[in-house]
Amino acid sequence: MTAFILRRSLQSIVVLFIMSLIVFVGVNLVGDPVDMLINPEADQAEIDRVIRDLGLDRPVSEQYWYFVLNAFQGDLGRSFIFGEPALKLIVQRMPATMELALVSLLMAVVFGIPLGIYAGLKPNSKFSKTIMAGSILGFSMPTFWVGIILIMFFSVHLGWLPSTGRGDVATYFGVTSSAFTLDGLSHIFLPAFNLALFKLSSVIRLARAGTREVILQDYIKFARAKGLAESRVVRIHLLKNIMIPVITIIGLEFGSLIAFSTVTETVFAWPGMGKLIIDSIYNLDRPVVVAYLMIIVVIFVMLNLIVDILYSVLDPRVRIKGVS
Amino acid sequence: MTSFAAIGLSISANAADLRVGLKSEPSSIDPHYHNLGPNNGFATHIFGTLVGSDENQQHYPDLAVSWKPINDTTWEFKLRKGVKWHDGSAFSADDVMFTVERAQNVPNSPSSFVTYLKGKTFKKIDSHTIHVVTAKPYPLMPNDLSTVKIISAKAGNGASTEDYNSGKATVGTGPYKFIEWVPGDRIVLERNASYHGAKAAFDKVTFKPIKAGPARISALLAGDVDFIDNVPPLDVARLKTEKNVQLSSGPSNRVIYLHMDQFRENSPHITAKDGSPIKNPLMDVRVRKAISLSINRDAIVSRVMEGIAVKAGQLLPAGFHGVSSKMKPDPYDTKMAKKLMADAGYPDGFKMTIHGPNDRYINDAKIAEALAQMLNRVGIEASVETMPKAVYFKRASRGGPNKSPEFSFMLLGWGAGSGEASSPLKALLHTYDKSKGLGAANRGRHSDAEVDKLVKQALATVDADARGALLAKATEKAVGENYGVIPMHYQVNTWAAKAGYKYLPRTDERTIVTGLSKN
Repeated sequence: MTAFILRRSLQSIVVLFIMSLIVFVGVNLVGDPVDMLINPEADQAEIDRVIRDLGLDRPVSEQYWYFVLNAFQGDLGRSFIFGEPALKLIVQRMPATMELALVSLLMAVVFGIPLGIYAGLKPNSKFSKTIMAGSILGFSMPTFWVGIILIMFFSVHLGWLPSTGRGDVATYFGVTSSAFTLDGLSHIFLPAFNLALFKLSSVIRLARAGTREVILQDYIKFARAKGLAESRVVRIHLLKNIMIPVITIIGLEFGSLIAFSTVTETVFAWPGMGKLIIDSIYNLDRPVVVAYLMIIVVIFVMLNLIVDILYSVLDPRVRIKGVS
Repeated sequence: MTSFAAIGLSISANAADLRVGLKSEPSSIDPHYHNLGPNNGFATHIFGTLVGSDENQQHYPDLAVSWKPINDTTWEFKLRKGVKWHDGSAFSADDVMFTVERAQNVPNSPSSFVTYLKGKTFKKIDSHTIHVVTAKPYPLMPNDLSTVKIISAKAGNGASTEDYNSGKATVGTGPYKFIEWVPGDRIVLERNASYHGAKAAFDKVTFKPIKAGPARISALLAGDVDFIDNVPPLDVARLKTEKNVQLSSGPSNRVIYLHMDQFRENSPHITAKDGSPIKNPLMDVRVRKAISLSINRDAIVSRVMEGIAVKAGQLLPAGFHGVSSKMKPDPYDTKMAKKLMADAGYPDGFKMTIHGPNDRYINDAKIAEALAQMLNRVGIEASVETMPKAVYFKRASRGGPNKSPEFSFMLLGWGAGSGEASSPLKALLHTYDKSKGLGAANRGRHSDAEVDKLVKQALATVDADARGALLAKATEKAVGENYGVIPMHYQVNTWAAKAGYKYLPRTDERTIVTGLSKN
């Protein structure tokens, strides 16, 4: 196991390095940040001063060299716009994005698995067909539009839930989150649901497909023949066996929930990293874009690792090499 | 305890509290860190300036009670007595001296106030008198000093930008005190009971950055905020039908105009209709005039802008200093335009690409498309290429060989920060001169000796009326006769508040809650 984790870590350093090179060169090809930052009334001397201060007068190769040197000391550069360390800006906003992603993942799992199993067990019932039709909608409707519709219906029309921003936070066991207060929960519900919709549909479809396959297996027939209660058959024999593909997807999708929560965060003005990255891309805040992508790569690598380890726990046939 | 109070708030907001949905969040609370619209507007709540700038960019006494030139090169500012900082200490000339020093030396500033402070020597005469000396007569002194926020020498001593962001050093003289900033989430201010001017109308103000237009509008409709800025024109008609919403709009100091390549014999994006190279037709003033006559400004205002714009015939709308009383928007006259094209030797027209941004000005890409169709009617086969501002401005300013402007025909906008016609004349129409900082945004490289002379003369004339006359004359020559640029319309900005509140629209496009009142 240790050897496995070590090898994975080494691989991820290579990935990080290649990624940083691609991203760094990529962001330096587009536009000139000075045009985004400077007051139009500034004269040439002031423009030159800013270019010098930001280090933009040096060739890209030299800028990259300094970036790598600093990165080894945990410094991913300073935001052009905020003047603060890019890493600090991102870490500051990370809890908001994490809690949004976790709540929507929870929604996807809690609703998705039972609905998917039901649709798999009773494929011909009206309700199952409604679930499957709904999951197609969940896949195909654009997040931005759904977000606006949710706001228009639940906030503007019904007035039940707040339309924008994050609610009050509270701290329990060292974790500060808005999911611990009533106000926070009312704020997080709509954006989390908006973000969960796509994942919910994937989970429903996976659970249904898994159920359809597993339900025909001999051990299910045997369990039923033994006279076990249907609920026990589903809970013990079926659920365990459909979980492997579901966990893979959840693991990887959690990464994409974090990485691509940008649209939902923009619509709901959620103060997370997604909103930061969108603003940074529009305003050519290169250090923040590079630092953000680095962090996302690390998150993806770690999630993959966790998924691999979970596999071996869930499925005794999968044994990670290096474990005797 | 605080979170309890906040829950109560979000359910039923206190009448004396205000929640504002802002399109653009300031990048810092430090008033000298970033010289850009959202920051400068926001800082006005907390900090005062020597010279105040009202909703029409007219000057009023703020921390200085009077100012006047006492000789050709010296301005005298008399400071207000009895002004208290938020921490209770007294305001004096020392704070001004500290401010002008610090404002020019903020580390990592992405755009600093050196622009307004360089070449000026500040002298403290007594505790409430300041002299500012320049090498040459300098008329724009009050305009320049209306941009620099005065900070407390006591609180600001050794303070970094982070200290302002955290509130440690954020001590001003403005109508509101700083409470907290959670970046991306909210900025909270509280009434300053000892403000020297008209008392603030709200006990507590919370600013929430809501970037997406539809989200800002629904937050207002849902009652999650009381006041929003930057209402997209497309939504104005619908919001007018809402009983609970009150709109305010007014023209801004921003003109949307066209810049045309007037410095290259062969312009890169212009060819004959068959694609063969031709001599740059935009060098001919008749062609430029023909283009102006072929623009149906009324149609652009009513169709593309949904009526939320004012057609333009010069660089600033009426009411600003230095505008010409004679100039009117050009009429829509395709017949005359075709005749001028024929006279200039282009009876069959030519082929041209219009370049423009698609995320900078209100409806910018749509304007460019409408414009192309109008030009096609007089024989100019125009195609449109728009791009994000992040890419556009670099190419428009210096994307060509030797850092020359890349495009032949550009859609652009200019907001006159100083509230005077000297701002666009100096930046857009004076001959490009990198060393002197003149014509800095002259992307068509229009150049006319008489215009240059008039602009320079105006910039050295302290007498306001005489300067105004010179600026009007320069505009008549540069725009009216030379068609150095073609003005299209003035942008109109719209704010929306919940019923019962009215906002005094500002020409500088800023959102400052002292302009919001109950009606």
